[in-house]
Amino acid sequence: MNDAAVHDDHHDHDHKPTGIGRWLFSTNHKDIGTMYLVFSLFMFFVGGAMALVIRAELFQPGMQFVDPQFFNSMTTVHALVMIFGALMPAGVGLANWMIPIMIGAPDMAMPRMNNMSFWILPFAFTLLLSTFFMPGGAPAGGWTMYPPLVLQLGDGFPFLIFAVHFLGISSIMGAINIIATVFNMRAPGMTFMRLPLFVWTWIITAFLLIASMPVLAGAVTMLLTDKFFGTAFFDAAGGGDPLLFQHVFWFFGHPEVYILVLPSFGIISQIIPTFARKPLFGYASMVYATASIAFLSFFVWAHHMFAVGMPLTGELFFMYATMAIAVPTGVKIFNWTATMWKGSMTFETPMLFSIGVLFMFSIGGFSGLMMGITPVDFQYHDTYFIVAHFHYVIVPGIIYGVIAGVYYWLPKWTGVMYDEKLGKLHFWLSTISVNVLFFPMHFIGLAGMPRRIPDYSTQFADWNAIISIGGFVFGLSQLILVWVVIKCARGDGEKATDQVWESAHGLEFTLPSPPPFHSFTTPPVVTDATAHS
Amino acid sequence: MSVDKLKRTVLGLIAVSLFFVSGVVLAEYPLNLTEGVTPTSQKVYDLHMTIFYIVTVIGIAVFAVMTWSIFHHRKSKGAVPAQFHHSTFAEITWTIIPILILVGMAIPATKTLVFMEQTGDAEMTLKVTGYQWKWKYDYLDEDISFFSSLAAADNEARQLNSGIDPSTIENYLKNVDNPIVLPVDTKIRILTTAADVIHSWWVPDLGWKRDAIPGYINDNWTYIEEPGVYRGKCTELCGKDHGFMPIVVHAVSKEDYVTWVAEKKAEQAAASSGKDMTMAELMEKGKTVYGTNCAACHMPNGEGGAAFPALAGSAIATGDVANHVDIVVNGSKNNPMMQAFGQQLNDADLAAVITYERNAWGNDTGDMVQPSDVKAARK
Ligand code: HEC
Ligand code: HEM
Ligand SMILES: [Cu+2]
Ligand SMILES: [Cu+2]
Repeated sequence: MNDAAVHDDHHDHDHKPTGIGRWLFSTNHKDIGTMYLVFSLFMFFVGGAMALVIRAELFQPGMQFVDPQFFNSMTTVHALVMIFGALMPAGVGLANWMIPIMIGAPDMAMPRMNNMSFWILPFAFTLLLSTFFMPGGAPAGGWTMYPPLVLQLGDGFPFLIFAVHFLGISSIMGAINIIATVFNMRAPGMTFMRLPLFVWTWIITAFLLIASMPVLAGAVTMLLTDKFFGTAFFDAAGGGDPLLFQHVFWFFGHPEVYILVLPSFGIISQIIPTFARKPLFGYASMVYATASIAFLSFFVWAHHMFAVGMPLTGELFFMYATMAIAVPTGVKIFNWTATMWKGSMTFETPMLFSIGVLFMFSIGGFSGLMMGITPVDFQYHDTYFIVAHFHYVIVPGIIYGVIAGVYYWLPKWTGVMYDEKLGKLHFWLSTISVNVLFFPMHFIGLAGMPRRIPDYSTQFADWNAIISIGGFVFGLSQLILVWVVIKCARGDGEKATDQVWESAHGLEFTLPSPPPFHSFTTPPVVTDATAHS
Repeated sequence: MSVDKLKRTVLGLIAVSLFFVSGVVLAEYPLNLTEGVTPTSQKVYDLHMTIFYIVTVIGIAVFAVMTWSIFHHRKSKGAVPAQFHHSTFAEITWTIIPILILVGMAIPATKTLVFMEQTGDAEMTLKVTGYQWKWKYDYLDEDISFFSSLAAADNEARQLNSGIDPSTIENYLKNVDNPIVLPVDTKIRILTTAADVIHSWWVPDLGWKRDAIPGYINDNWTYIEEPGVYRGKCTELCGKDHGFMPIVVHAVSKEDYVTWVAEKKAEQAAASSGKDMTMAELMEKGKTVYGTNCAACHMPNGEGGAAFPALAGSAIATGDVANHVDIVVNGSKNNPMMQAFGQQLNDADLAAVITYERNAWGNDTGDMVQPSDVKAARK
């Protein structure tokens, strides 16, 4: 970043600490946001490397590279790293950077807690990843940690549990901070119904986090006492119930998927109007749809457990509730489409990635709807069809949203325009490979290939080879993003204007690019004309 | 790129992909859900196709609108942005119509689900118990009971760098040593449970899967309409060898089933009769039993692995016979991974596998263990 430019600004309190201390003890929302984002990018590659081990082993039938136990560790830790190390920190990082700026605040409400919630993360992941070097190896019972299987883990077990505890604490602190900031630090005139949608989706996400994370913490604590203190919460032989864990886990787990996706919905709600040069269609219904999705997400958890053998009424309830979620989700898709309709569109990289979200998240939504139909889910469950579903919603749904946000705000953060050619190349390579990677998974899943297996019957060989090729191309394409970010961070590129994009609205675009160290020291005044980016 | 050129490119791409897809279909790539051989699987398949068509139509409609506006409402074509930002009519319409479609989907789904849950009036009962990593089947009406594990040839081929090409094995990873035999045209109750961790029993042709959970007995049913061999897998992650515990169902006519029951009973009676076997018989049977029950940990060549002791040249396998019989029949006191196989294998199998271990891989002790020795060692 360009220090001199920042110091030239007429901001009196703009003394920026220097050296390692600037990052270790940082209480600045932008520096902490940057650290979150860099951490997330790093973990994206750590988790990605594990995915490539999985895809290398599955390239051909037969066991070539790893033994089955290590394979299971790869699937388990890949998922934990991606969900808790890449996706969640990316969302929090963007929130840190953008929310104070978007609502016209100088910083987050609780800057010291902000520092702590970030620094817990590297600590928690050191705990988690150190299990690879322990007797019994890394967690291998799936990211869902179902007992009794998870209790068979060796010395790594308490490390897994405490890592999850720390990740939960970090998320809850982040969520409290965001709520406190938005509720107390909005600029004059920034009413709730004038908040940019990214801020709205994050408030709702933060409430989901506060409601669901403690539930997860409780469940894993019960695992810990079952293993070490002789309790039998989940042990049928001791009067406990292995299914209790699954119910509690998914009571956290389903809201968790919306915790991951809602910020991404918020991001594309900022981007699409900018490049369609037209206000967001149905602002109010977007807010209500997001809130209803969040509310409903607490009543659908058992759609992950249809195969455990619930009573008929239970199965019917969870089927209907799951189908109901499709309604507000559909409303959002239709609203974005209507925003583009009769706009005047251009297709810079952030817009390309956002359109990617529209198309490919929808595919994941469709398969989700299919799996919500209980009687057919008895066939789909725990096959590659599920793997296809959640990767469509996660990769081109959530990760594309995050990447779109990075391209959209990168010029704002660094003051330098990113390389559009590289951005487009990144988009097209990713989009082709992501479909080669995940689309055929629908086929092999339907045809009967279970998930979480290190070796498979020869009938699936051709598709698996194709999938693995898609996987490697997708993984390598992400290096382009790193290159683009490095170029901008080094100041290599055209200087960005304050406005950055021709038709960008919102308070972030009233600040210089890059913005001063303390965002708004005098609060801006928001009116209807400047609101609703 | 001009719009014309773009259109041509898109049409070209569609043509190429259609060609590709049809080629794929011709090559018989697996693509879709199995129709199966039970009334349930048929209903499930029909429901799957119905919902698939509905979402495809919705998908095409939504994607068409998006694509249309991407092509026509672009700045490079001189599009001037409209400024509308809501329409109560549109918003209500696209809330109501999806609700109606969903209700239309929920009705057949509910009917199928209710049909699937009618577990009463079964003519026979099969109890399925998941173990790490094999299945136990109890025919509750016939007093037949046996374990079923991955077949030895598949088991050898799936070892890390085994050097065996999986395509030389027909139905690779879908073969077992002891398949289940079930009669057609019979309402069969299938109970699922587990002995250690959670497993899930799935034969796609039957139209459902159901978890096998320790402490629970889940109730399911099936009614197979066509004789044939139907293969399935465990579908709930259950540890190291989760990928290697397949299921094979032989559906046969009612008459053949009666014959099989008689044969199986005679076989089980012979195995527990304590009759002596010859060295050759013991070694042959022992090799198979070892391949399906022990090789996962002790390895096919008896060399063991990081957490599992080698049996080739081991003190127990070449020392006192009584200790060897004891650890196999009653398990290890020090390490629960070495289970008490006395509960899982019959006397003949145990005698054979112990004899095999004492004479294979250069353990040439020459010792023979007979079923009667095993019977005596059972606690
Ligand atoms: C799940 C893994 C596993 C399987 C399957 C298994 N074993 Fe073992 N076995 C072990 C372990 C672990 C030990 C070490 C026990 C100890 O330390 O007391 C062991 C020890 C033994 C020993 C004693 C070896 C020595 O020298 O200490 C014998 C003999 C043996 N097993 C035979 C068998 C036979 C026969 C079978 C198949 C019927 C079998 N094992 C299946 C894990 C297994
Ligand atoms: C919003 C983004 C979404 C995300 C991030 C997401 C994520 C996931 C994940 C990770 C799983 C697999 C869990 C596991 O077994 O390990 C899953 C399963 C499932 N999802 Fe989604 N999903 C999303 C949207 C939807 C939608 C819109 C629906 C339905 C309308 C849906 C319905 C389901 C169902 C029914 C399952 C369980 C399938 C099974 O295991 O048999 N999901 N989802
Ligand atoms: Cu869910
Ligand atoms: Cu399993």
